[in-house]
Amino acid sequence: MPIIEVSGLRKTYGDVVAVDDVSFSVEEGEIFGILGPNGAGKTTTVECVIGLRAPDAGSIDVLGLDPRTQREQLREDVGVQLQESVLPGKLRVGEALDLYRSFYRRSADPQQLLDLLGLSGKRDAYFKNLSGGQKQRLSIALALIGDPRVAVLDELTTGLDPQARRETWGLIEGVREHGVTIILVTHFMDEAQRLCDRVALVDHGRVVALDTPEGLAERVRGGKLVRFTPSAPFNDGLLTALAEVRSLEHQGERVAVYGSGDLVNAVILTLAAAGVTALNVELGAPSLEDAFVDLVGGAEVGDEPQGASGEVRP
Amino acid sequence: MTSRRSPSGPRPPWRAFWKLVATEAKLAVRTPVVLILSVGLPVLMLIIFGFVPTFNEPLADLDGLTVLSLYAPILSVFALGFLGLVGVSMPLAGYREQGVLRRISCTPAPPSWMLGAQLVINLGVAVLALLIVNLGIKAFGVSGPKHVGGYALAIVLCVAAIFGIGLWIASFARSANVANAIGQVLFYPMMFFAGLYFPREMMPGVLRQVSDWTPLGAAVDALQTAAEGSFPSAQSLLVMAGYALVFGAIAVKQFKWE
Repeated sequence: MPIIEVSGLRKTYGDVVAVDDVSFSVEEGEIFGILGPNGAGKTTTVECVIGLRAPDAGSIDVLGLDPRTQREQLREDVGVQLQESVLPGKLRVGEALDLYRSFYRRSADPQQLLDLLGLSGKRDAYFKNLSGGQKQRLSIALALIGDPRVAVLDELTTGLDPQARRETWGLIEGVREHGVTIILVTHFMDEAQRLCDRVALVDHGRVVALDTPEGLAERVRGGKLVRFTPSAPFNDGLLTALAEVRSLEHQGERVAVYGSGDLVNAVILTLAAAGVTALNVELGAPSLEDAFVDLVGGAEVGDEPQGASGEVRP
Repeated sequence: MTSRRSPSGPRPPWRAFWKLVATEAKLAVRTPVVLILSVGLPVLMLIIFGFVPTFNEPLADLDGLTVLSLYAPILSVFALGFLGLVGVSMPLAGYREQGVLRRISCTPAPPSWMLGAQLVINLGVAVLALLIVNLGIKAFGVSGPKHVGGYALAIVLCVAAIFGIGLWIASFARSANVANAIGQVLFYPMMFFAGLYFPREMMPGVLRQVSDWTPLGAAVDALQTAAEGSFPSAQSLLVMAGYALVFGAIAVKQFKWE
């Protein structure tokens, strides 16, 4: 059963339509991504979900609560990490946690949170003396200090160096293991692909696709790619006749086959039946990034998945 | 990783509000610019004026009062004015700018608590400043206010007026720097009319009339009258009450939390 349901959400600021029509539901325990380019309406969407803004139309249900009328209760159960929110520079890490902890009826153990987020040694440090990654981790700690059932994390790793980003991702997976459902707002494809169970791709205030990261990627241009060197020449029609195959391309000695479903087995078995062995088989898949470019637009993209996008594994 | 507390009302307990006050007080002490300017400067001026021999001589022009005794209310409203115009507005505007108010909106605590916390802290510093200034001036031989009730009422109205204006600044200033600038730009002219550069008793007629209609000018008028033993004039009290009501109401109406 979903614990968050958003349907037909719409929010305008004057003439500007920030969110046109957004619907999605989030299952308990999942990491749900809201992915889209800047200005797509991601932040406005979550602001409505957490009751910071009143939608113009649509309904929102979070843990059985209406964010507009039951804000007080909602805030006990939903932890929030906001984009571009900073703490006073001379507030110590431990003081910030103690203060925010006092706001909640239920709370997590600050020491355990500091351990979980790798801030144990920074308890007495001023906020302004923390590194970008540490500030972000404290921000996550504050989102979790009320022992929430749902955590909303907005642009979690923006501005962090690659090392800090990877560390933060690891932490988020740890948080989920504690049973917290997470809504992750991001414009980074790699982040969504790494962390999210499902992703809503938002553009111009609408959900243009909603699927697992793999599902989204697969949806694009057939989805899968098998590349091999045939042991002997064969008739292309053998493979293109298969339901799994969409297209085939000779690349010198190599043959690249694009398609979907159980493409590898279909190709190898069919070739074997014809007495041809596929040598040096490479598998590839378009990445979520390909899906993003394809669904959200931007540059015109070719019809073929490019193994070079970092997803080809030998 | 959970410790359960027994559920209470829909809002966090008042204990949490006082925790916020304590935390904000620590922050105020760690960045003590406002404290130094609001409390330190009047005390410094008091000490300097106290050792100026001519300031301690009763003057016939002033009905036998010393110049120093005229500065008792002026230095008091100096502290109140700076705390209200800068002390109240600057942190609130800064917290809006930094998203702190928005962040608190996401917790069960209402963001108005931050406003309340700033008022409480500045009020606390104001009481401290008044005590120091008034005890200090007593040490230099100036007798305390003769009409204590009128003096207290004038202080209360002065705080209401100047804190109201401070909240009004905080209600729209986009950043701590903007609030600080607006606060100081208002503060020094107000202090001029309060008699910081030359006491109201020495002002030419027109200046003094303008002074009567400024919040700190009215405050000094009321405090001086009470110090000399009479109940403050209705005009001085009403002027302060008017500023408090008008600016307080506008501030409440237009306060932006993000």
